Amino acid sequence: MSQAAVIFDKVSKSYPFYTHITAGLKKFIFTLPSSLKELKSKSFEALRDVSFEVYRGETFGIVGKNGAGKSTILGLIAGVLKPTKGRVIVRGRVSPLLELGAGFHKELTGRENIVLNGVLMGMTRREVMKKMDSIIEFSELWDFIDQPLRTYSSGMVARLAFSVVAHLDPDILLIDEVLAVGDLSFQKKCLKKMEEFKQRGVTTIFVSHSAEDIKKVCDRVMWIENHTVHKIGRPHEVMEEYAFTKALPEPKMML
Amino acid sequence: MRYFFDLVYVLTQKEIKVRYKNSVFGYFWSIMHPLAFALMFYMAFKVFMKVKIEDYPLFLITALFPWQWFSNSVSSSLFVLMDNASLIKKLNFPRELIPLSCVINHSMHFLLSVPVILIFVYIYGRSPSWWLPLGLVLVFVPQFLLSYGISLAVSSLHLFFRDLDRLVSIFLTLLFYMTPVVYGEDMLPENYKYILYLNPMAPLIICWRRLFLGQSFEPNLLLFGFLYSLTIFLAGYSLFRKLSWRFAEVL
Repeated sequence: MSQAAVIFDKVSKSYPFYTHITAGLKKFIFTLPSSLKELKSKSFEALRDVSFEVYRGETFGIVGKNGAGKSTILGLIAGVLKPTKGRVIVRGRVSPLLELGAGFHKELTGRENIVLNGVLMGMTRREVMKKMDSIIEFSELWDFIDQPLRTYSSGMVARLAFSVVAHLDPDILLIDEVLAVGDLSFQKKCLKKMEEFKQRGVTTIFVSHSAEDIKKVCDRVMWIENHTVHKIGRPHEVMEEYAFTKALPEPKMML
Repeated sequence: MRYFFDLVYVLTQKEIKVRYKNSVFGYFWSIMHPLAFALMFYMAFKVFMKVKIEDYPLFLITALFPWQWFSNSVSSSLFVLMDNASLIKKLNFPRELIPLSCVINHSMHFLLSVPVILIFVYIYGRSPSWWLPLGLVLVFVPQFLLSYGISLAVSSLHLFFRDLDRLVSIFLTLLFYMTPVVYGEDMLPENYKYILYLNPMAPLIICWRRLFLGQSFEPNLLLFGFLYSLTIFLAGYSLFRKLSWRFAEVL
């Protein structure tokens, strides 16, 4: 296959426990020695020795339980986190599809939010203005576009968010389980748009809990379990096994 | 560069729109607040305690407006990073633009209130200095740097120390009374004069008042204020840069 767009090379990421300081300056200062020691020694390992490559133009799914480390992977790709160990190589412009409402403000109208979000996602204001009509048309929110966002339903917000992203020109697109909201016809539209992105050679990284969506759009799937890579492979194989283990009860802690 | 400008523009526009959409009287309120304080201090210090300062309300107003700009910038910047947590966790863009848009927002409010200050100056039959247009720029720049520098520091530290907001509000109150707002700098006893040098806001407030009341220009004082502000800005900026890649971890 073609060149890799994203490379994770033995990446580990651990977070210090910030609770000691976030509990407050007062407490931090009064227990300074132990706080400092704790800050240095104790940490939470979100990813351990993760290696994988995402090829240019492919749609790459990530599945795993809550807290397995999926969001940390997306954060590392987006460049908002730095790995503790290992290397993350990203080639191209990354556009994350923000979770519901992020980058939006509920007091601003739909139109104003399109500008805000579009610029945050890397377009200039002029580019956003040029694409405005097309974005509004894609969102199908004609009647509501000049209403403040607080009057929108969550499905409508998701439509607006995806419509902005659909008009970006990314090399790498990060999608973090947003397709679940919005009605069926809009979901279909989103999947179609993702297909279109793919035709254009955009690399998509897709985090979802829906086995259906994963099977529909992904070329390969990575299964993250216990903060490390459990399996990478064809969607059908991986999702079958994933569905199987998910059905099992959680192992009980033996004391 | 063009993109950078657009980013600042939309973030600031957001701040301003949000502020004015909640009430039509947004501008009115930002002027009422310092005027109410002026009235309060006037009653307490002039009417009840009989301080000997000429045109005391005007004396207060010329210092309270610039003070409010500074103190609002600092106290509202405390929460800007938290308010934009979802952006910081997902998008990689220069984080220092978030507090910047907050400070620009308050700076615009200050600039819009300058005409109000001038109206009071003329009501009291005074006239501002001949160097007013130039002076506005010369005193604006250091105060902007100072406000932005402190905003950078407190907004980033507040993510790590979640009780910092209380400390900052105490600090702002103390600093207010260490700054010659309700009293004149010449009223300080000789052995307390050093307070003025500990306080980066003191030279700026003195300059604002001299500017609006048409008193003489003191280049040394302004230079001192500028260097002070620049130092604090650089310190705040480098602290912010050091902490900024941990923001997504702690939010």
